[in-house]
Amino acid sequence: MPVFDLAATPLRALNQALHGVAAGANDTAFEVLNPRGQHAVAVGIDGPVSVTVRGSVGYYCAGMNDGGTVTVQGSAGPGVAENMMSGTVVIEGDASQYAGATGRGGLLVIKGNAASRCGISMKGIDIVVHGSIGHMSAFMGQSGSLVVLGDAGEALGDSLYEAKLFVRGSVKSLGADCIEKPMRPEHRAYLAALLDRAGVTDVRPEAFRRYGSARQLYSFNIDNAY
Amino acid sequence: MCGIVGLFLKDPALEPRLGALLADMLVTMTDRGPDSAGLAIYGPPTPGRSKITVQSAQALADFPALEQRLAEASGGSARVAVKSSHAVITVASDRLDATRDALKGLSPDLRVMGAGESVEIYKEVGLPRDVVARFGIARMSGTHGIGHTRMATESAVTTMGAHPFSTGADQCLVHNGSLSNHNNLRRSLARDGMAFETQNDSEVAAAYLTTAMARGRDLGAALAGALEDLDGFFTFVVGTKSGFGVLRDPIACKPAIMAETERYVAFGSEYRALVGLPGIETARIWEPEPATVYFWDQRQAA
Repeated sequence: MPVFDLAATPLRALNQALHGVAAGANDTAFEVLNPRGQHAVAVGIDGPVSVTVRGSVGYYCAGMNDGGTVTVQGSAGPGVAENMMSGTVVIEGDASQYAGATGRGGLLVIKGNAASRCGISMKGIDIVVHGSIGHMSAFMGQSGSLVVLGDAGEALGDSLYEAKLFVRGSVKSLGADCIEKPMRPEHRAYLAALLDRAGVTDVRPEAFRRYGSARQLYSFNIDNAY
Repeated sequence: MCGIVGLFLKDPALEPRLGALLADMLVTMTDRGPDSAGLAIYGPPTPGRSKITVQSAQALADFPALEQRLAEASGGSARVAVKSSHAVITVASDRLDATRDALKGLSPDLRVMGAGESVEIYKEVGLPRDVVARFGIARMSGTHGIGHTRMATESAVTTMGAHPFSTGADQCLVHNGSLSNHNNLRRSLARDGMAFETQNDSEVAAAYLTTAMARGRDLGAALAGALEDLDGFFTFVVGTKSGFGVLRDPIACKPAIMAETERYVAFGSEYRALVGLPGIETARIWEPEPATVYFWDQRQAA
């Protein structure tokens, strides 16, 4: 397994090696040591490689991931898994602001807490947060799912389009046009499958409440005109 | 962007390392803002003595005879320690104001960076690495300190436009963000008697806190007031003689991360700034909440 010690090797060497893995190659598991909060660790992966990062990372870790599996054994700075296309990113610690922002696919699992703007403008990514999330999360979320086992901060789902939000704990406040919706059997089945994909085995979908768009903000309504 | 750091020690055994730890934290934040850099270091006060940190663009002309030139105003108590473009003038505390007044007339190049019983402030245009080296920050000891590396957005890249801003005795502030109501607030604070050296928005924030504390608020209450009266984006780290505070605006889009152990409280714009601190692996690490006042005081921490 290739090991990159970022205390001795430039970050660019790691990212180039990740981009250089040929289709069908066998040696696709990478280990990264001493990230020490560096930015842009394991960005732009475009194949089925797996990367284990032993320590905490800075901004934009695993950004634009397309098919890779990235596990951070520490915490992540702002913008982790931003614009993910596919694959899986697991943060074993906490994540900072705008985790999973604009993600178009794949699965982001945060085992600790996520800060503000988690899943902002999400466009198909699924995000599962074991802890709590900060304010303005899923702002302008367009599609995909945000699952929170803990609590949500202020203005959850502000100006939401079609993303699906599930929160087990309390919600400090809902943003504009975000409403609570009933949990029907199909939602419980959908959530159960998502929890299963995220490795959450001890929490039942019945424990969650569902939130979504009231669909009033972006359809023409004379009351919305100034 | 701007990068800010702060370190508040609870364990006196770390005090000889304050300057070195803080300098490393600031140098790590260099790529958040390469325009200018500065630090405030709080050392142990000497009873009956106060310090004034001054800067001069003409250090070779201004500093050599400074003790003699201040002899009358300071009652012969002035002692001058020169560090590159800065000098720390130590005077009998009851001569602080008279000495400060006398400085105004000495040289057009002489500028006061800050004053008080504990604080020394060093700031210059340039990279943190160069600033901490020219002032020997890594060899300084102290109880707490804050630092800033600047990406200028609101005002000129000058020594006076660098952070920290000190507008009251032993008080200083570093800021990442931009304030939108600083012009109105500056006019209002000026009417209340505050003097301003720059057009920098961050100096207004410092003056706001100084005014609030002069009216009897403690640092925590002054910071709570700032949430009401300051408009814009900010992450502030502030120092007082014995205290250390952190405040983020309600939107909180400027980054901030904190670490606390039994030995210290540390602040960084990014986690990278904290990785060299002793015991960081087991520290409690968290992102300060928006619109929430955090502050620590040596008198309470001891």
